[in-house]
Amino acid sequence: MQAVYQRPESLKDVETHYCAGCGHGIVHRLIAEIVDELGIRERTVGIAPVGCAVLGYDYFNFDVSEAAHGRTPAVATGMKRARPDLIVFSYQGDGDLAAIGTAEIIHAGNRGENITVVFVNNGVYGMTGGQMAPTTLEGQVTKTTPRGRMADDVGAPLKVPEMLAVCDRTAFLARCALNSPKNIRAAKRALKKAFQYQVEGKGFSLVELLSPCPTYWGVEPLDALKWIEEKVIPRYPLGVIKDAGTQETP
Amino acid sequence: MAKNDGNGARSERILMCGNEAMAEAAIAAGCRCYFGYPITPQNEVTAYMAKRMPEVGGVFLQSESELAAVNMVFGASAVGARAMTSSSSPGISLKQEGISYLAGCELPAVIANVMRGGPGLGGIGPSQSDYFQATRGGGHGDYRHVVLAASAVQELVDLTIEAFDIADRYRNPVLVLSDGVLGQMMEPVVIPEHAETHEPEKPWALTGCKGREPQWIKSLYLNEHDLERHNQKLQAKYAQMECDEVRYDTRQIEDADVVLVAFGMVARICRSVVRVLRERGVRAGLFRPIAVWPFPYEALRATRERAQAYLVVEMNAGQMVEDVRLAIEGRRPVEFYGRTGGVVMEVEEVVAEVEKLLVREGVS
Ligand SMILES: Cc1ncc(C[n+]2csc(CCOP(=O)(O)OP(=O)(O)O)c2C)c(N)n1
Repeated sequence: MQAVYQRPESLKDVETHYCAGCGHGIVHRLIAEIVDELGIRERTVGIAPVGCAVLGYDYFNFDVSEAAHGRTPAVATGMKRARPDLIVFSYQGDGDLAAIGTAEIIHAGNRGENITVVFVNNGVYGMTGGQMAPTTLEGQVTKTTPRGRMADDVGAPLKVPEMLAVCDRTAFLARCALNSPKNIRAAKRALKKAFQYQVEGKGFSLVELLSPCPTYWGVEPLDALKWIEEKVIPRYPLGVIKDAGTQETP
Repeated sequence: MAKNDGNGARSERILMCGNEAMAEAAIAAGCRCYFGYPITPQNEVTAYMAKRMPEVGGVFLQSESELAAVNMVFGASAVGARAMTSSSSPGISLKQEGISYLAGCELPAVIANVMRGGPGLGGIGPSQSDYFQATRGGGHGDYRHVVLAASAVQELVDLTIEAFDIADRYRNPVLVLSDGVLGQMMEPVVIPEHAETHEPEKPWALTGCKGREPQWIKSLYLNEHDLERHNQKLQAKYAQMECDEVRYDTRQIEDADVVLVAFGMVARICRSVVRVLRERGVRAGLFRPIAVWPFPYEALRATRERAQAYLVVEMNAGQMVEDVRLAIEGRRPVEFYGRTGGVVMEVEEVVAEVEKLLVREGVS
């Protein structure tokens, strides 16, 4: 019998700690598949964030480091500069990347560090119990926006790839969503390109993944997918935001 | 004059300022990754590294902040490189987050603090006011690291090289303390060859899992018993450092009635103080911790047999004086004299202070 679908070598055979309906597991699987497909498992180093994915080393079957909250791009920079032959990716949540680590991500991008950033945007701080993130939607109720996020008060939702697009040295920036098989396939294509760019030495790439957090959105897992379609995607349009690696022919 | 001639050492003496000599020493120690952010009075380090690192095939990167710099060091160290960052007091405060993570993750690194006056923005003059922060672990958590305090440019060179070896030996960050005067002053130095250092194999480094099981670097232990075990392991390591990494220097303490205790640049001033006092017939001596952590408690305690009084001299409001009092255990008077804000004390003012102390204590 021919196996048509199996666990990628880059993923350990362990039970997950993520909540039902969470997107982190999907993202782990996509990364593992891509690392296998590109044949880079033995030279890949992942950096787990502070956030729900802090236990990344429990799941990935390759070398993984921890980093302080938000400093992941700096740690990745140190690794990649010291050992350019390694394939280094950072894995970050919206709190990690768009709040405490804003400086680190902008400057890593602006330097064109040859790293891949996987940015999981679930619109809240998951690990600390559902507080507002810079990406939280306007009106969205969180633990720290009990009356809904009000832009006048705490600013508007932050569009990270668009912000990074103005940095000359960023190579590939895309936004995908994890709410349907079609969108997940698109997410895999974008992520694969982001890794491929690093393999080819093309520079900094980041893929934002709009991810469900049923637990802190206070909805059922299936409704979270609908919520992404109806509320999140309109605010965070999908697609390639910047691709400096392909020469477009008119 | 050459150190270790015939042992591959370079023999020419070159005139260098402390900051540049420290940077060249790091390169001699095999450091090939330097990440830094400008702050006075250590700017010569970043400028020197920017020029030299590419020449030796190394990495220099000016980071966006001290936070980023120390975390770049974290990354470089995690993949097995000898890595360093330097800063001055306000910048070291920012690096404390990373230093705690380096200690928690058991990663070697060298961090140099060319101290200036504080608190806050303070000034750019020399200071020793980060003693508590350096020796007590200014970051969060129960951690320790060896802290080496140089008092001359050559010593800064030698200690910087040693710092890399100590860091690798224990898989722990090591601090090098310098200050605004030492960093700027020029003295002839000999930079030993790279061959003198002993960079060990680093099987723990994240170099890709080719030919082995995947491994990780982490300080997170959500299970409290696992975290306690991790802490016990770290504490055992720190206890080992306390045994093996004690470093100090003495001058004329064998027959001293009064012992001055000082570290770094101030110890140099106190050497002159001892000379002046001896010329006046006062049996004075100097005890100089070279490692301020681990502090040489026992060696200092042993001087109690003979000495009748102690004067701790520091460019701060009296931080090391607490360690000296711990060593002396109240058996002899321990007085303090210090200047702050970047003011360097004169020899004569310290001499006067000792003379007052002697009168007060009835020592003739
Ligand atoms: C310096 C620091 N500040 C705060 C925290 C607490 N903290 C842990 S996870 C987290 C937010 C994580 O949110 P996000 O990055 O969106 O990831 P998620 O948990 O949603 O996957 C915070 C604030 C910390 N660990 N360190």
